[in-house]
Amino acid sequence: MKLTRRDFIKSNAIAATATAAGITIPGVGGALAASKDVIRWDKAPCRFCGTGCSVLVGTKEGRVVATQGDPDAPVNRGLNCIKGYFLSKIMYGKDRLTQPLLRKTNGKYDKNGEFTPVSWDEAFDVMAEKFKAALKNDMEANRGKPADEVVSTVGMFGSGQWTVFEGYAALKLYKAGFRSNHIDPNARHCMASAVGGFMRAFGADEPMGCYDDLEHADAFVLWGSNMSEMHPILWSRLTDTRLTKPGCEVHVLSTFEHRCFDLGDNNMVFVPQTDLAILNYIANYIIQKKAYNQAFIDKHVNFTATPTDIGYGLRPEHPLEQKAANAGGGKLSAISFEEYAKSVEPYTLEYTSKLSGVPEANLERLAKLYADPARKVTSFWTMGFNQHTRGVWANGLVYNIHLLMGKISEPGNSPFSLTGQPSACGTAREVGTFSHRLPADYVVNKKPHRDLAEKIWKLPEGTVPGKVGYHAVLQNRMLKDGKLNAYWVMCNNNMQAAANMNEETYPGYRNPANFIVVSDPYPTVTAMAADLILPTAMWTEKEGAYGNAERRTQFWRQQVKAPGESRSDLWQLVEFSKRFKVEEVWPEDLLAKQPESRGKTLYDVLFANGQVDKFKMQLVTDDEGNIYGNQEMDDFGFYVQKGLFEEYRRFQLEGPKVGHELATFDTYHKVRGLRWPVIDGKETLWRYREGYDPYVKKGQEVAFYGNEDGRANVITAPYEPAAESPDEEFDLWLSTGRVLEHWHSGSMTRRVPELYRAFPDAVIFMHPDDAKERGLRRGVPARIVSRRGEMIARVETRGRNRPPRGLIFVPWFDASRLINKVTLDATDPLSKETDYKKCAVKVAKV
Amino acid sequence: MMGSKPQISAARRRFLVDMARTAGGVALFAGGLGLYARQAHSLPSLAIRPPGARDEEQFLGSCIRCGLCVRDCPFDTLSLATLDDAVALGTPYFTARSIPCEMCDDIPCVKACPTGALNPELTDIDAARMGLAVLIDQENCLNFQGLRCEVCYSVCPSIDKAITLERHHNPRSDKHAVFIPVVHSDHCTGCGKCEKACVLEKAAIKILPMYLARGELGQHYRWGWEEKQKAGRSLVTPDQQHQYNLPEGQRYDYAGEGLIYEQGGELPFDADPLETLNRGLEQQR
Repeated sequence: MKLTRRDFIKSNAIAATATAAGITIPGVGGALAASKDVIRWDKAPCRFCGTGCSVLVGTKEGRVVATQGDPDAPVNRGLNCIKGYFLSKIMYGKDRLTQPLLRKTNGKYDKNGEFTPVSWDEAFDVMAEKFKAALKNDMEANRGKPADEVVSTVGMFGSGQWTVFEGYAALKLYKAGFRSNHIDPNARHCMASAVGGFMRAFGADEPMGCYDDLEHADAFVLWGSNMSEMHPILWSRLTDTRLTKPGCEVHVLSTFEHRCFDLGDNNMVFVPQTDLAILNYIANYIIQKKAYNQAFIDKHVNFTATPTDIGYGLRPEHPLEQKAANAGGGKLSAISFEEYAKSVEPYTLEYTSKLSGVPEANLERLAKLYADPARKVTSFWTMGFNQHTRGVWANGLVYNIHLLMGKISEPGNSPFSLTGQPSACGTAREVGTFSHRLPADYVVNKKPHRDLAEKIWKLPEGTVPGKVGYHAVLQNRMLKDGKLNAYWVMCNNNMQAAANMNEETYPGYRNPANFIVVSDPYPTVTAMAADLILPTAMWTEKEGAYGNAERRTQFWRQQVKAPGESRSDLWQLVEFSKRFKVEEVWPEDLLAKQPESRGKTLYDVLFANGQVDKFKMQLVTDDEGNIYGNQEMDDFGFYVQKGLFEEYRRFQLEGPKVGHELATFDTYHKVRGLRWPVIDGKETLWRYREGYDPYVKKGQEVAFYGNEDGRANVITAPYEPAAESPDEEFDLWLSTGRVLEHWHSGSMTRRVPELYRAFPDAVIFMHPDDAKERGLRRGVPARIVSRRGEMIARVETRGRNRPPRGLIFVPWFDASRLINKVTLDATDPLSKETDYKKCAVKVAKV
Repeated sequence: MMGSKPQISAARRRFLVDMARTAGGVALFAGGLGLYARQAHSLPSLAIRPPGARDEEQFLGSCIRCGLCVRDCPFDTLSLATLDDAVALGTPYFTARSIPCEMCDDIPCVKACPTGALNPELTDIDAARMGLAVLIDQENCLNFQGLRCEVCYSVCPSIDKAITLERHHNPRSDKHAVFIPVVHSDHCTGCGKCEKACVLEKAAIKILPMYLARGELGQHYRWGWEEKQKAGRSLVTPDQQHQYNLPEGQRYDYAGEGLIYEQGGELPFDADPLETLNRGLEQQR
């Protein structure tokens, strides 16, 4: 690490103090020496997917010069995928943003001006002015309204790539500071259906199992998960089990053939959307063969039904929504086992095979596997289930199967939802940066939950609004409609991600009524559409914490300084809060409840509140005695990350909900991550099972304690068609997805020359006969057209993905080919997550 | 880019041919005949000929250095050798690490060749054998170490045929598999996409001309399993049914597992528990 003068003075001062006191601080002298020639190694989780591999980061003279897979990390044991291999290069793209940029004409802010470098002061001045104007309108609109009727015109779109601290600070600034629930993470596009599935079945979010299931299962079933490319290190663990465990089987389901099919013992390509029918067929098979685990069902399961014909999450005036009998309906009603059995009865082998296009023998083999009580089955899924207009249903339907068999919450028997982003679990879900959530599975529309938040935050009762805010897709619609006016996009690239960009995203960003701020390290497509761009410190340029898909929380220290004037998202959030007096955001009745807050800033009441600023400035060191920087501590004068984390932990310790406990801040800097709940210093590997989970009492065997009666819900739901299917004109299905080499819209990976070279441009994976029929040859550019927009890319009839006839696959990472101009903004009406896997397109010669 | 290709190519071709001619002239005047002769007989190991190129000697005999194949290459893959190139002057070649062959379905370079130096019988690009990919450096190949790179495999136009991934247990991590890229000469066209895409500073996989890439099995030996497969049966009378002396509870699977303990076969205990109980502790089996 390059020691700045300030660091130098600081460490020298400490050394001097220590000498005066007659003690030795190990390594202080060493750190100074080490800074010149030696590479300093420290641990950090990978920046990319939800697997949560750990690397050692090598720093020399203020620059990350190398990384290595951490041989002591339990997840990856020294291995990485090709993205992890290039981690040391992601911060050093040539086009890093290093100063705030504001659209200006003749020296003044102008929505149609050119981006012009400005100081942080000027950037925040203009930004605060715009936010204050919106907040003033809100104060007016909310006059005399109770908390659960409060509305807002300020919003934020955040991220599952935020550190835990950043997500927590953002949540607090918006929900308590600005009194707006219009904060949502890009995890909405990714994990929201999984969350819905967990909450409805178990009353608590996140998987019951962990990655050790990969070694303990006898068989794996992949439901809409291309693990081979998207979770490469987990796939190599799965493959190892398949290779080394006698009798181990892999079943793969997808709407096109991908790399997982190479290992699959039972490969199934199904017609899009018919996974719902296949899931119900398996349940029907289990019931018909009386293979279900009666004792488990009697003790641990409730049977319920969910409303059907619920629409497709489009704008209310859309014909499909008008037609839906129960648009958005999700209230469960209790049914009997017999009623449940009857509801799945139509899903016979013959019917399901016909509907799905999967041969009967393959379906039956899959059903037999689940129905065999002697074989441990782990089911994996990712975006194939979650990005689905019936995603919450699909998640529930796979739980139904595991619950009927009692194959759950024990080594190897695991329904396992994998995550896409590095902290989709740790930040978006656990911290609760969704428009309806608070930390630790609490929600804004329950008064006792808001009370708990206000108590922990030392804020007056009624501060946190009770109405669920705008979710990701709704935020874009509201921007377009002019109902959301001050908007901050942080740590994501939604202009490249959000579906139906032409009609629903871009118009909102460029709506003259709105002011759009984008914080990013690079000039992304989203940044281009902004009014103000804030340069952001990334990955190891700041201290951070991520939580992976197996509930493992991992910390890292700041390794290097961010370039130029870049500052972390955390710094930006906390610093911006200084610009607001509480009188500018809270009404008089709130202030009256807490007169001592009068005249204070949001910074004072949210961050310098005696809790978050409890931990004074200190030297950040490791066991080797190396010294690390901490930009936020330097600038705010206290250990911001530690204060935020310890306040956040109180949600896990002081509320009625149990089972979310994390260890202390200091613990995580020492360990290679811990899987929560961490009780008395011990990790929990399998939740809800006696012996593994301390919350399950002796003799209970299993307890789904997220639900009041300790039982999990089997939820019956039928097959319903997709929002848009191919017809005469738009005659192909379009599925989007990812490739091994790129992640997070390519904003980082495409700036690594080797990764760019390995997969430079998005292509159209297509069946050779479909190409031929349209007069297209491999390698020629073709136009993909939907009802919403079009995109041009080269045709690929060979290669890693082999779509069946009638379906094309386009990977999503290419900023110069925006497939989201083509995709449909239909969402799961329950989870509000977009279905990026199904819409109708045509492909023609350019 | 492709739309404006013909104009650019014509100019480019003229330029390249002129360059080659000028260079050739200079070389001759400089008394460089010897150099030219040397070039003509040796192809450097990283210069790859276009699809359909005949054996090097035959190719040099029939290639008239016209540059038409270079002109018609839509991806600027092919170059004409200049004096600096150490490839026979004026002949077409490509360097995989710079611009690999895109394997056009209609093979325009072959169609353009007026002399048959590029064999016009090549109509299926999959049958081209420009060279052979060889994973030369196993020590630096990321996949050999258990990382999940396999970019060479993923970009291969004949994925799962020309390059496959062999899966093995990774004894170092003990929980992961390694995915070893294996090249198969019966499908590899030598297009060079793998060498181009290799993410290492210097490629671990390289396209070599056939004469460098391939070994040759001794004429005196055959691969028995291949001969059997070719014939569809054993080349000599199939083996007889074997019989074995075996204790109770065991059998022998000749072609498969070998010795098999039947269910309920050998156990470390006698059938009579008293036998076990009465045996001294030291004599426990």
